[in-house]
Amino acid sequence: MSRLNDANVALAKEIIARYPRPKSALIPLLHLSQEQNGYITNDAMAHLAELVGVTSAEVYGTASFYEMFKFEPVGKYVINICGTLSCALMGSEELLHRAEHKLGVKAGGTTPDGLITLEHAECQAACTEAPCLQVNYRYRFRVTPADVDSLIHDLRAGKLSDEIPAHGTLAKVRQHIPADRGVGAVAPEAATTAPAWFDGKAAL
Amino acid sequence: MTGTYAHAAGFYSGDRPRIVTSRFEHADSYSLERYLATGGYQGLRKALARPATDVHDEVKKATVLGRGGAGFPAGTKWGLTPEGVFPRYLVVNGDESEPGTYKDRLLMERDPHQLIEGCVIACYAAGLSQCFLYIRGEMAHAQERVAAALNEAYAAGYVGKNILGSKFSVDVVLHWGAGAYVVGEETALIESLEGNRGMPRLKPPFFPAAIGLYGKPTIVNNVETLSNLPWILTNGAEAYTAIGTATSPGTRMVAVSGHVKRPGVYEIINGTTTFRDLIYGDDFCQGIRNGNELKAFVPGGGSAPWFTPDQLDIPFEGPQAGAAGSMLGSGAIMVMDHTTDIPAAALTLTRFYAHESCGKCTPCREGGTWLERILRRVVDGKGTDADLQQLIEVGTSICPGDFPHASSTRLGLAAVPFPYKMTTICFVGPSAYTPVHSALTLFPEEFEARVTKRTHIPVTAVGVGE
Repeated sequence: MSRLNDANVALAKEIIARYPRPKSALIPLLHLSQEQNGYITNDAMAHLAELVGVTSAEVYGTASFYEMFKFEPVGKYVINICGTLSCALMGSEELLHRAEHKLGVKAGGTTPDGLITLEHAECQAACTEAPCLQVNYRYRFRVTPADVDSLIHDLRAGKLSDEIPAHGTLAKVRQHIPADRGVGAVAPEAATTAPAWFDGKAAL
Repeated sequence: MTGTYAHAAGFYSGDRPRIVTSRFEHADSYSLERYLATGGYQGLRKALARPATDVHDEVKKATVLGRGGAGFPAGTKWGLTPEGVFPRYLVVNGDESEPGTYKDRLLMERDPHQLIEGCVIACYAAGLSQCFLYIRGEMAHAQERVAAALNEAYAAGYVGKNILGSKFSVDVVLHWGAGAYVVGEETALIESLEGNRGMPRLKPPFFPAAIGLYGKPTIVNNVETLSNLPWILTNGAEAYTAIGTATSPGTRMVAVSGHVKRPGVYEIINGTTTFRDLIYGDDFCQGIRNGNELKAFVPGGGSAPWFTPDQLDIPFEGPQAGAAGSMLGSGAIMVMDHTTDIPAAALTLTRFYAHESCGKCTPCREGGTWLERILRRVVDGKGTDADLQQLIEVGTSICPGDFPHASSTRLGLAAVPFPYKMTTICFVGPSAYTPVHSALTLFPEEFEARVTKRTHIPVTAVGVGE
């Protein structure tokens, strides 16, 4: 049982409608599913397949390509410690060892209480702020080993639950196109001539 | 810990004229209110008062070079769509993930309206019917900032139906990725946007401008490229080309990271800056940490061949960097001081590209993994000199012929100019070999000291034939 709930089905339909082809909505919907359930289940993929009109194998085919989608339960918080050059030069390996020691799990593992998963990540695009890490894809910059300790402490104490939504990334702000303002998806087969406004004259 | 985004240091403006980062000094630079108070959406208003072809010509005249890595002029790219084929789409490449690079993320987080205005102008100028703004999945904050800005822009009439009350209408749809470096390649980006595995398409013959999203003409532009458009339409192409050089007008954002005193993202005027200025200049990074010696630097993102202190006085410009054996790529410099363990540093980059291989092309899928494993063995002190030869052989199967590298006075080497030949569709495969080749060529002694001698093969990555 991990189909999208009613509220998320409504949201999913709104997202699908923005694209000329429903399958284009697949990655956003996988994010939605992962936010709801914590990871991507077989039932969820079957449901998404129904929603976008493809087979569940196609959904798995797409989902399994992308690093952020998890097919096994992961912690409520996923800590990604960057290990690529700029962070490595600034001591990120030490951070990883510190986190492994503090959590009692190796990179890739989840704490027995299911709270925290630790991952060794590749470049997170904060190279001048090295070393950096992300918790559920929210940044921490110029991190010291002592910062790792206090981060883990705060996560365990539930102090960061407002700042960092559990599971997934995008719960705080979403795009919403008001019905009277949106143009709607332009399907590739629907518009074979130039748009009406593209007529060689000024639009204003 | 310097905390979350809001407290992040790292952007420095100095007194230089700025185009895309002009609002960064304001704490509320991302809000519509601030954007409008600082000239926002004026470029769009001016654009819509002119015929689309006029706007296209203005951008062509400005010669805005693509800031994603390849440096192809945006105006020319828009002109490559086949005549009379519609609909055409705009896909914005915000999947920034090249090691060392971050500028698009800053532009999305700190000035999302500038990007949105750029998108709408591009759609108008090139006759594009719908825009998809693809943001890297890991950038939660950028997602939220752009989503909030889009919501504001729709409500205020800058995006959507009858923009600014005109007859022009276009939707900008926010899309998010899910963690795959290769999706930054434009055809992989399109595959991903179609809901598929993000694997690059074979090109030529069909470039996205001809056959792209859903098989229709598609323009793929980088975030920084589009962020230049509002300024150009507000101030005119002439004002833009007055800044920078004839071949690369305007400014560009450069991220300098690693062992420097003041790592940061800088908006520089094209043609005024050398690598020495960027690394040692008072306005920029102010030198190497603790007064250490510079050992090597990567001049253009993780995919770029390395430079050493010999190349410090080369101007930060594409053609010069290319002739010297490397490239500027996405505008990212990573600096290594004398304490750096060169083989281990190369390993972090090779591991990145091996990990990010999509698996479509055999030389990259297999070769990347081989390179990583062999290099790991060498770094761990378990390698032999045959392993070093093997690294070169694997690399040569990804990139046949002479591989570009910098000159070295110390080693008596002449430069081999960029680019390389490749046996893969995209640049991920060659990029796995680049750090290995640079490290082996410029610092052979660090590898020789690390391995057991068994076969007495001389270590040199230079001059390996086809």
